Amino acid sequence: MIDLIIEMLSYPFLVRALLGGALVSLCASLLGVSLVLKRYSMIGDGLSHVSFGALSIALALGWSPLKVSIPVVILAAFFLLRITEKGKLRSDAAIAMISASALAVGITATSLTTGMTTDISSYMFGSILAMSPWDVGLAICLCGVVFGLFLLCYNKIFAVTFDENFARATGVKVSWYNVLIAVLTAVTIVLGMRMMGAMLISSLIIFPALTSMRVFKSFRGVVWSSGILSVVCFCIGMAASYRFSTPAGATVVLVNLAAFLLFMGTEALGRLVHSERR
Amino acid sequence: MSALITCSHVDFGYENHDAVIDLTMEINEGDYLCIVGENGSGKSTLIKGLLGLLKPTAGVLDMSGELRRTGIGYLPQQTAAQRDFPATVYEVVISGCLSRRGNRPFYSKKEKKLAMDHMEQLGIADLKGRCYRELSGGQQQRVLIARALCATRQLLILDEPVTGLDPWAIQDFYRLIRKLNKEEHVAVLMVTHDVASVVEQASKILHLKQRVVFYGTTKDYKASQAGRLFLGGETG
Repeated sequence: MIDLIIEMLSYPFLVRALLGGALVSLCASLLGVSLVLKRYSMIGDGLSHVSFGALSIALALGWSPLKVSIPVVILAAFFLLRITEKGKLRSDAAIAMISASALAVGITATSLTTGMTTDISSYMFGSILAMSPWDVGLAICLCGVVFGLFLLCYNKIFAVTFDENFARATGVKVSWYNVLIAVLTAVTIVLGMRMMGAMLISSLIIFPALTSMRVFKSFRGVVWSSGILSVVCFCIGMAASYRFSTPAGATVVLVNLAAFLLFMGTEALGRLVHSERR
Repeated sequence: MSALITCSHVDFGYENHDAVIDLTMEINEGDYLCIVGENGSGKSTLIKGLLGLLKPTAGVLDMSGELRRTGIGYLPQQTAAQRDFPATVYEVVISGCLSRRGNRPFYSKKEKKLAMDHMEQLGIADLKGRCYRELSGGQQQRVLIARALCATRQLLILDEPVTGLDPWAIQDFYRLIRKLNKEEHVAVLMVTHDVASVVEQASKILHLKQRVVFYGTTKDYKASQAGRLFLGGETG
């Protein structure tokens, strides 16, 4: 076990993947608590597909992928948030439509120019080699911002997540927080996507919050548990992926699924003990 | 007695459609005002307007300085997302103190005590660490009232508060609101469908059907044409 870890840390690209990935997972899970509880989980999924479309076009045109996709995905985040907030159009259907369209645009743009190269495949399903030193730097900055937000505005985030209307009536700038969370989610997704894959990245947002909600009864507990769980699951997933030569993104998702089932079992067990004691 | 909120000839509405037209009314300290009306008569729009979530399209809406500073204690209709929200009773109640915070990040001792005091007053102090989603409907309402009182003790706005409660909890709820109104002098503004029991409680009635159908004391309402029609045979 120890040998495996030492062996992994001897490859610089793996160290970068571990560090960058863990930070991105952490950000995704914290933002995910708010998104999942507000029933905005679909936004994460929609953004990852838009991000894929933007990346493919950037690649086809030979532009820098990050510089194109970050602004595009942030714009998409604004747009998806508006659709969901208005609630007039069937928002879940609208997001699904946008996801599929963005994916289609990406695939078409690619096949017209370079063809389905390994790059595209790694964007779809993730590649452990994707984290450049520059990406890791960006992940550290992002993590700083998300941490600062949760530390300084924790109570406001709670109020906005629990009850938007009440928060608004007591003078909290609700739309500002919604936009901020959506923008941070957009950056998180773009950063994590190339490692986790466009198809899998939204699981980083959704799984930790859902898993924690099985067992923890307080908002504070759910936030802490999600953060810790996401990093632990990511590291276990990376080690397993290295040991068994499986794709990194898929392995991390499977570890998250295992954690979810474990927590669900714990919850059921707790309920059983509780009812027996009565 | 000073007015907390004064509306004179106010219109509220969305882009090209006014849902409330030419409303003139005021809410004074210690009032117990009920807003009644059919679905789509502009009740919810009016509440949004009073909370400042919607700007008046015409007329003047004036709020006392105290209310403007602390915000309004508001009890919204429950949303589906809240029913399985992981939060303790304490976390929900203390979030009412947010308007006192400004931009300082953490709650002070004083605010923590305020939250505890209100939980004791509403008889939910022993539920402090319990999860909000595991409570009964009546208990959840008490939690939300405690939160609203943390924001301000001057005015509570309740939006269809008894929807989904069982009859026993409804009676309990009305007793509680009445007590807050009588003993603590909290002004109450309630939107409700439960007209029959509310006329026993409220001191003033506002009957809305886009325009004001009736605005005055409960006694006059029972005698008025609009009141008799709306209350049906129940008051004779």
